Amino acid sequence: MTAVMTRTSQEWRRLDWRTIAITTATLIGFTGVSGFSLASVVSWIFGWSLGVVLAWLAPGVVLLVTAGLVGDWLRWSRTRYRLSADRLEMHTGIFLRKERSLPRDRIRSVDISAGILLRLCGLAKVEIGTGEHVDKDKTSLELDAVSRAEADRLRRDLLGHALTGENDDDVLAELDRRWVWYAPLSVEAFFLGSGAFGGVLSVAELFGVEADVLTWTWELLDRMPLAVAILVVVGVGGVVGAVGALLLFVTTWWDYRLDREASGTTTGTLRVRRGLMTTHSVSLSEDRLRGVQVVETLGHRLLGAARVDAVATGLAEEEHGEESDHKTLLPNAPSALAHQVAASVVNAAESPTDPSILRGHVTAARNRRLTWAALIGLVPSVVLAVIGLLTTDVLLHIAWSWALVTLGIGLPAAVDAYRNLGHAISGRFLVSRHGGLWRKTTALQRDGVIGWTINQSIFQRRKGLVTLTATTSAGNKRYSVYDVEEHTGLAFADECVPGLIAQFLEPQS
Amino acid sequence: MTGIPPAGQFRIEEETSLTTQAGPVRLRPPGNRVDQRAIPWWRWQIGLSAITVAVLLAALGVFIPPARFWLVFAALVVVVIGLPLAALLPLWWYRVHRWEVTETAVYTRTGFFFQESRIAPMSRIQTVDTERGPLEQRFGLATLIITTASSAGAVTVKGLDGEVAAELAHRLADITKLIPQDAT
Repeated sequence: MTAVMTRTSQEWRRLDWRTIAITTATLIGFTGVSGFSLASVVSWIFGWSLGVVLAWLAPGVVLLVTAGLVGDWLRWSRTRYRLSADRLEMHTGIFLRKERSLPRDRIRSVDISAGILLRLCGLAKVEIGTGEHVDKDKTSLELDAVSRAEADRLRRDLLGHALTGENDDDVLAELDRRWVWYAPLSVEAFFLGSGAFGGVLSVAELFGVEADVLTWTWELLDRMPLAVAILVVVGVGGVVGAVGALLLFVTTWWDYRLDREASGTTTGTLRVRRGLMTTHSVSLSEDRLRGVQVVETLGHRLLGAARVDAVATGLAEEEHGEESDHKTLLPNAPSALAHQVAASVVNAAESPTDPSILRGHVTAARNRRLTWAALIGLVPSVVLAVIGLLTTDVLLHIAWSWALVTLGIGLPAAVDAYRNLGHAISGRFLVSRHGGLWRKTTALQRDGVIGWTINQSIFQRRKGLVTLTATTSAGNKRYSVYDVEEHTGLAFADECVPGLIAQFLEPQS
Repeated sequence: MTGIPPAGQFRIEEETSLTTQAGPVRLRPPGNRVDQRAIPWWRWQIGLSAITVAVLLAALGVFIPPARFWLVFAALVVVVIGLPLAALLPLWWYRVHRWEVTETAVYTRTGFFFQESRIAPMSRIQTVDTERGPLEQRFGLATLIITTASSAGAVTVKGLDGEVAAELAHRLADITKLIPQDAT
């Protein structure tokens, strides 16, 4: 108890002074490098000696660095924070004073991050939030920066772990270096690969040799047969993308560890630690957790790998976008492990995302998907063919090749998408799976369901299907069971949340 | 046009569990239609929007002589399509918009080709608002907006009689106060 008593004293604290040193060092580095480059360019263009130009620039650099130093010192000297028994308060601002105060019992997230300079000095940035949707300015505050030990102490105090030691943590998953080989198949690899060509071009544009590069590449490729040229382009993009994705994975997920911290109260905290250069520690209070989602991209699914995301209430999703690392609890790893981690994250004995518990959907759902694929394949083809018959043969060739390619990909994809449909109830969870390129299995707490939306298009009505959507305050806000047989879907909704939908049901005539 | 409950009366269903009974079930339509005055309200909405667009197009036509023919033509098309729509669509909407409030839930249905039914349990309702646009006020109508902690879970009932809406809002606010529960 003594630890708690000392921490709730009313003393005001300051940020670590070394944050000024870091700001200054960064500024010196930045102005130094850019000043030197500027000086070299100027001396080269005007033919002046480098020393003279540097001497002219020096006062400006000194002035800039001094201004930065004074500014950051002012910020440091005017920033104070205090952890009292029931509030965390911070006063900051040089001219415009800001006073912010968060009630301690509302604090749901304490994220710690440290770039390479902060790490060298043993410092860290701390972002503390209440996980509410309202005005971010009022519901979160950032301490930039405090000592590593202070950051850790704040995290433990604020999330209610004051009484437990490091050893009480329950490790749910740790990095296995073999996971790195899943990275080249990630979406990032594709974007990095295709972005590489654009990157080369924009650098070339910077030096005004864009046209030269293009002609050079064109001549090089022109000497090869078309198929080889395509292979070379795809191969180069693939290699660059794969290497980029590997590096990205290593820097992001190095030293990854997911653990649950016990606490004096009933709710624990999930904590993800990761990062090679910049380290991150993301803590998620369990009372924000409404479920868990296993995500498999097509490539990873074929390799038997899957990622685990949290379905939680709060800012993180809105702020960092859909495909954010912020909510990722486990990077792409063997899917058996993913389902196991999903289970331990939500404290379930049996994995709620386990594919074997899912109920498939009626074949009418498959036929709908096949119809879509056929329409996408055939309608443009027929239109092109008709125009082609009236005008030119070229369109006829485009028509049949379009049909061949889209049907060749679309029909198997439709069958796959149908096979991926599934739903189940697993203990406290409603489970739904859908998707082909991105297959998502969502396990949502049944008591986290705060309403139903039932969609039925005229086509679904004719086939006796509905799309059932559970609305919730977490994650995407809506999770759907697509094209489920009408009675099955409604009975499922009734079983998930008893006593709600039953009053609106009637026998089918 | 029969089966419309007079203002101030709500159909309240007994709670039954049909999924335990034999035979397949489906969602029944919510018990109440919107107020009949919603039809002229919707007509005016469509009609005014069509006329506004047409007038803007025609005005542009006056100021831009080279494009005059096409702009005026477009304005005529908007009027020719918009006015019959204004006459007919609201009749259709009136048939497909339904709502119901029971002791435990709010239930609405809209659409025909893409039918959407929404159910929000009373215990998860966060706010109840009524909204009256200028046209709605003219017809004595109001829109009831019920929000839950999910941004995807809001339930809206358009075209209610103003007093019915106010009364419902009061009742819902009272009921939701009576059920102490975390709305998330």
